[in-house]
Amino acid sequence: MLAGILFSLGLTSLLVRRDLIFVLMSLEVMLNATGVAFVAAGSRWHQADGQIMFLFILAVAAAEIAVGLAMVLRIYHRFKSLDVDTLGEMKG
Amino acid sequence: MELAFYIAGAVAVISTVLMLTRMNVVHALLYLIVSLLSVAVVFYVLGAPFVAALEVIVYAGAIMVLLLFVVMMLNLGGRAAGMERQWLTPGIWTGPVLLAGVLITEVVYLARGATAGLGAGAIAPKEVGIALFGPYVIGVELVSMLLLAGLVGAYHLGVHQAEKPEIQHDADTHERWADASGDLVLAGTDQPSRTP
Repeated sequence: MLAGILFSLGLTSLLVRRDLIFVLMSLEVMLNATGVAFVAAGSRWHQADGQIMFLFILAVAAAEIAVGLAMVLRIYHRFKSLDVDTLGEMKG
Repeated sequence: MELAFYIAGAVAVISTVLMLTRMNVVHALLYLIVSLLSVAVVFYVLGAPFVAALEVIVYAGAIMVLLLFVVMMLNLGGRAAGMERQWLTPGIWTGPVLLAGVLITEVVYLARGATAGLGAGAIAPKEVGIALFGPYVIGVELVSMLLLAGLVGAYHLGVHQAEKPEIQHDADTHERWADASGDLVLAGTDQPSRTP
């Protein structure tokens, strides 16, 4: 339930906000929500698998945020803007 | 115990909503940190103390530091100090501090009271470790490969960003050469008209 609310919030913000930093932050929120779902399920059935899945999600989020921020830096240095709409041409 | 779970969940949802409605990136980062901390409290209440500690360390520590570094790097300029003074006015601090205070009181209450999990009891870190390096060794290896790939990718992108102005400068010189040759052609065409 809480995971669903958090995930929908992150998805909404991902669709609404037009700033790449906000997009990355809402991605973090969504990954966090899936982690909450896994840990809650693992706690419900008293298995450690949920926490292990959360560890994997954590690693994925760390790698994703590192690469994403490097790309944000490059995009900002090239276009001098972080607005998604102005970056939409995709032509380099 | 259920009350603690609901309070932490409410704090998580409220701080996330406040994060999404901020116009300023740094304010949103403050609320995002509060949101991650409250999710960590939720994990603790759910009986996963190891994961709660990892959430605080990795998410609220490392990832937030990365995001903050990038935000501060993108705002480099002469007006950085004045902008920070404008950002960190007391009115901005009160929201996250209030939410974090709720979380702290909850954690103190939990640490003084019983620490049994909400579902079917707490899962100790030992159990998690045994399962992690028992049937999930392949997953651990895959995650290590993924982290290595992320590291190499981030380094690659950063290096290219440093080389980027050089390439642009090269293109500029090419254009300037083209302009210069155009001037030369004009001068050459001018010269016969001038010599007679």
